[in-house]
Amino acid sequence: MSAQGLVISHAQVTYGRRVVIADASLPELQPGTLTALIGPNGAGKSTLLRGLAGLERLQGTVSLQDRQLTTMSVSERARLITYMPQHLPPGLGLSVIESVMAALRVGGSGGDYLEQAYAALQRIGIEHLADRMLNALSGGQRQLVSLGQLIARRPSVMLLDEPTSALDLSYQLRVMECVRDMVRQHQLIAVIVMHDISLAARYADTIAVLRDGRIMGFGAAEDVLTPQLFADVYGVKARVERCSQQTLQVLVDCPV
Amino acid sequence: MTAHLNPAVAAASHGYRRLLARRVGLLAGIGIALVAAVLLDLSTGSSGMTLGALVDGLLHPQNLAVTDRVIIWNVRLPYALMAVLVGAALSLAGAEMQAILNNPLASPFTLGVSSAAALGASLIIVFPVSSALLSRDSIVALSAFVFACGSMFLLHGMSRLRGAGVETLVLFGIALVFSCNALVALLQLLATEDVLQQLVFWSLGSVARANWDKLSILAVVLALILPFSLHASSRMTLLRMGEDRAQSFGVDVRRLRFFSLLRISLLSATAVAFVGTIGFIGLVGPHIARILIGEDQRFLFPASALVGALLLSLSSVVSKIIMPGVIVPVGIVTALVGVPIFVALVFKRGRQL
Repeated sequence: MSAQGLVISHAQVTYGRRVVIADASLPELQPGTLTALIGPNGAGKSTLLRGLAGLERLQGTVSLQDRQLTTMSVSERARLITYMPQHLPPGLGLSVIESVMAALRVGGSGGDYLEQAYAALQRIGIEHLADRMLNALSGGQRQLVSLGQLIARRPSVMLLDEPTSALDLSYQLRVMECVRDMVRQHQLIAVIVMHDISLAARYADTIAVLRDGRIMGFGAAEDVLTPQLFADVYGVKARVERCSQQTLQVLVDCPV
Repeated sequence: MTAHLNPAVAAASHGYRRLLARRVGLLAGIGIALVAAVLLDLSTGSSGMTLGALVDGLLHPQNLAVTDRVIIWNVRLPYALMAVLVGAALSLAGAEMQAILNNPLASPFTLGVSSAAALGASLIIVFPVSSALLSRDSIVALSAFVFACGSMFLLHGMSRLRGAGVETLVLFGIALVFSCNALVALLQLLATEDVLQQLVFWSLGSVARANWDKLSILAVVLALILPFSLHASSRMTLLRMGEDRAQSFGVDVRRLRFFSLLRISLLSATAVAFVGTIGFIGLVGPHIARILIGEDQRFLFPASALVGALLLSLSSVVSKIIMPGVIVPVGIVTALVGVPIFVALVFKRGRQL
């Protein structure tokens, strides 16, 4: 049977000489879905993401649309998969539109980059910032621009490493709304490393839990986020309550 | 939908084009300032030649008296052009170095590349090697080049180490400067009086050792390297937005760094080998260019080269007028002017962090 999505089977990721992810497998991640990777610090979330992005050594069976990532050329992989690090460096003297065009100019598919970059900004709703300089933007605005760079490249997979860290609440929601809209509209596969479990539960279709480089759970938020999981993975005693159809609330009582 | 999109894109296009026009205008402005600085440099000197006589002498050399012809064609013009080319080479090298090391304090001088080149040159001056194929000057230049390359690759290795931040790299560069200087001092101790004079003269960067052969070699090096720098500039812009981002967008960062290091070594080593150590142009030139032009490396590289040329040209003018009748080595002038600017940049950066 052919797989349209991202298949991760017995993946091993090495950071330097250290094997961080020894053997990770996930059910196929389908186009149009958003998966949150959660887990304690040092669990290997970012390393797994970096392995998928081609930044760390990845072994095992990892395929996208039935094609092995490990044997793909760098340019082909970069066309299909985009990765967003935590921050766009501050203090860069580039205009917003220029920075998105710069992302297209390397490995872009040709055509009018100005038009493509502008369309990406429009999709995120920040076209009014097009001519502003990056060093004059707030952290939240820069993060949206960073997202614009990814969208402009029209990838199949978006890998985001803690995109909402260091953002205020309104930008956290805005960035996540934006990612979810992109995922739905363009049938993308998004894998996002997150620390905020409530935010993950609110936006992710599926949640994958990592600890010590191993997958400890995978599934819908209400199935995965259990008191037992919090005790096992985070070492805390917590309850999970449903506030509305969309939101779960994690109430931490005390360390176990 | 398309009808909706077009006016908006047109507006974006207008904004973008205005930005591009501003940058091209600034490049042209710096170019014009450079021409003016070169003319000023040419007309400054102890012989009291007027600018009119000078321009006439440049356009119609056959009308000149022999002394004036020698002054213009063997002294003033080669010195002025050397200042332009060396300034451009060092500043372009600094701009590339700042981009690939992602460090605004990087330059051939601050990170020890110039010192390593000086060590390479000093070794050959003290322990001459003769060759049937190469002149002594060429062997000195070659040795400076090899040492500059070596120091660049050491720095490159350091920057690749995990956990090596901006500070580590700057500290390592300073350590390299001190080590090389100590070894040069040791060579000076071993040298005879005659050789010592050559060493000291060599270590004081001066455009007064310019000749047409050196000028043509440096011009060829610059002309060969600039297109490659420009070719790499889009990838460099992406690298400035973060190494991981650039790599995940398909930039082969390792390869980009490697070839950039080769260009930096060639530029800084050729410049240092021909005129000695000239500090701060490689640091300050790219910074001024960045303030004027921004971070798009397609514009920043040529702008850095132009600003570097302009700065060294102006320094050359200053070097002729601060002590009447004496041409102070231009390296002394750039260091004196450069130090306060360097300190100001460090403080500015501190505030940003």
